[in-house]
Amino acid sequence: MSRPEDQLPPDLYYNETTSKKYDTNSRIKNIQAQMTHRALALLNLKSPSLILDIGSGSGLSGEILSSIPPPIGPHTWIGADISASMLAVALEREVEGDLLLADAGQGLAFRPGTFDAAISISAVQWLCNAESSVETAEGRLKRFFESLYIALKRGGRAVCQFYPRDDRQKKMVSSAAIRAGFGAGLLEDGQGTKAVKVYLVLTVGASGDITGVVDGMDGVEVEDGRKRGGKKGVKNTRRDEITKTKARLERKGRVVKATTKYTGRKRRIQF
Amino acid sequence: MKILTLNFLTCARKACKPQATSFPLHPADSTLEIQESDLNIIFLQNILPRLDWPALISITTELGLPGLQAEPPEAEDLVVKEGGAKAEGEGMEVTEKSEESEKEASQLGKDLHRLLIETTIQEGKLMCACCGHEYAIKEGIANFLLPSHLV
Repeated sequence: MSRPEDQLPPDLYYNETTSKKYDTNSRIKNIQAQMTHRALALLNLKSPSLILDIGSGSGLSGEILSSIPPPIGPHTWIGADISASMLAVALEREVEGDLLLADAGQGLAFRPGTFDAAISISAVQWLCNAESSVETAEGRLKRFFESLYIALKRGGRAVCQFYPRDDRQKKMVSSAAIRAGFGAGLLEDGQGTKAVKVYLVLTVGASGDITGVVDGMDGVEVEDGRKRGGKKGVKNTRRDEITKTKARLERKGRVVKATTKYTGRKRRIQF
Repeated sequence: MKILTLNFLTCARKACKPQATSFPLHPADSTLEIQESDLNIIFLQNILPRLDWPALISITTELGLPGLQAEPPEAEDLVVKEGGAKAEGEGMEVTEKSEESEKEASQLGKDLHRLLIETTIQEGKLMCACCGHEYAIKEGIANFLLPSHLV
């Protein structure tokens, strides 16, 4: 399946026709709504809040934010998107949130501690592409996450649903978030299936341990990928040291003897 | 664009970020419009401590809107005081039937809602006092895209 971010940059890809199509396609709408509800559940907001929507597009996710009934909602949101056509569709729908034409990869221009929370539905993967030679994907992700970290209030949360191309990209995004200071975790719905949905859950402040975020949620298993101390009980034997050295020398292009069952073996005492 | 949003936006340029003058952005040639919406007093109370009150005052004077009090109000000021405590002579509108469950918004609360949420800038420009860059606002959407040499 071709990925839209491989075809054109986001501001050109979402032109008038694509934006219209995107906004009227009921399948896309359904999926977007599901994901927004899931993200909202992860944010776990208790009262009407100010929310930043990155990649708000035509306002599909924003509409849900505005429609949350009291006492939890309705939330007030500010949406940012790079595609002018998408924002035009949002204008036609008369969404309640405020809209900005902005590139998240250039960093967000908000005062420190502005937002209670941030959501982003199917947008972050666009940041993994650099559209010109002066910028890099890493640089764009770095600027985005750093400015997002600043814009959120302490104790705030962000949930970014995105479609990573592969594990490498998943890693690139989450490590960029962690480097910006977030406590980060990936939640995967439908793991291993084709319709897998990846949510990057970010917390500001606190200790950086975010496994508590999903406490009490149904059907969520926590898989802790963090390193806990060193490996215990595995000692480096003489043989390991030798094979390591051999491998290093071989990489350098030196001629080394093949490793056999005799390599690094102790000699008999009689010898 | 809501006045509320304007109170949170700074200049997007990296060079401007550390400068104090990059906030607030100054509106120019702006056309204002009132967009009615439901009053959400809990949200206002929630957002109140985060507002930059001096910036809000300077923006309202620049836009020629009615002046605000010099001191930022407290969260309790936005609702009508309950029980027998009636605020008198302070411009507060005390309604007789204050419901028990829902808090009634005071005149100040209504005014703030009017200013922050309902007043929007439809057309105009936002200028950074630090670098002089102008961000255009069209149909209520501010353009924060920067040319690559300014990022």
